[in-house]
Amino acid sequence: MIIAKKKPIEEIIGEVENFDRILILGCNECVTVCEAGGKKEVEILASALRMNFMAQGREKTIDERTLERQCDHEYLEEIRADIDKYDAIVSLACGVGVQFAAEKYLTMPLLPGVNTVCLGANEDRGLWTERCQACGSCILARTGGICPVSRCAKRVMNGPCGGSTNGKCEISKDVDCAWQLIVDRLKALDKMEDYEKVAPIKDWSTDRAGGPRKVTREDVKI
Amino acid sequence: MRLKIPANFRIIRVPCTGKVDIIHILRAFEKGADGAFVVGCMEGDCHYNEGNFRARKRIEQAKLILDKVGVGGDRVKMFNLSSGEGPLFAQYAIEMDNKIKELGPSPIRLAKQKKNKNAA
Ligand code: SF4
Ligand code: SF4
Repeated sequence: MIIAKKKPIEEIIGEVENFDRILILGCNECVTVCEAGGKKEVEILASALRMNFMAQGREKTIDERTLERQCDHEYLEEIRADIDKYDAIVSLACGVGVQFAAEKYLTMPLLPGVNTVCLGANEDRGLWTERCQACGSCILARTGGICPVSRCAKRVMNGPCGGSTNGKCEISKDVDCAWQLIVDRLKALDKMEDYEKVAPIKDWSTDRAGGPRKVTREDVKI
Repeated sequence: MRLKIPANFRIIRVPCTGKVDIIHILRAFEKGADGAFVVGCMEGDCHYNEGNFRARKRIEQAKLILDKVGVGGDRVKMFNLSSGEGPLFAQYAIEMDNKIKELGPSPIRLAKQKKNKNAA
């Protein structure tokens, strides 16, 4: 899923300072699971903002709403009827949701309430870690199911660099060396012969280097 | 056991302090409460194992938020005691009552009072 992190309240306070009618808009999917922008976080942020302005003797309308998703027309349309009630929306969805809402409601200021961090997994309670950088041509079949694109600091494709020490990456002793993980897993799979194969030059045109990407599916279009 | 406790707070019963979420604390303040305290079982004695640890984390979060929005995190506190410790409950209630009196009314309460006065 997409992993996001709550923005500090003081940053959001600064962003909404000059608006009087604000909607805090959550998203029920990724950001709910990573506890950054779901219904609960919407309630907390809205309550905190209301108190902040109340304590200053200022009156603002701060409403709460959480959509099923903010990256789909059908759910984002649900707020159209109420949109005129607001001067600004703080979206707690990932950057995709914020932008999709901004495209749809052209004259409505849209402010992000979270920092979108990465594509990752919920490794442990309170711990989310990166697993994929959406490179557009997945090589996991050859790397024991462990991604050197997202998990190796240098994105090297044929075994570790010279900085791999005791299974850790040279950028930090807290970061596993992706290639150590790959070798360990290939051994467990009894597929070490895969490690010997020299990888062909990776096609990076499907990565960000090729500009913004899109998927067009004629088979599902109507 | 008849113990004297301050009469100016309301007890809200929950099955376990693990039920208490950040928003419950914030709502109390948004409604004008001057303070709130959460009383859980002794750490390690939670019937649901981690309920009171969860509560402690959430109270810490609520404190941070209240500090940032100008209400003051000092107005919230978590206590732990066992269900047989009535006198300790009374002592904590008095302690909290004194603390809140020292801090004075919450800015939210004052803002609400002012608003009502202006409306009247
Ligand atoms: S808007 Fe972002 S957070 Fe919400 S469902 Fe879509 S991708 Fe996930
Ligand atoms: S190889 Fe590319 S698509 Fe596959 S997990 Fe890594 S970044 Fe994601």
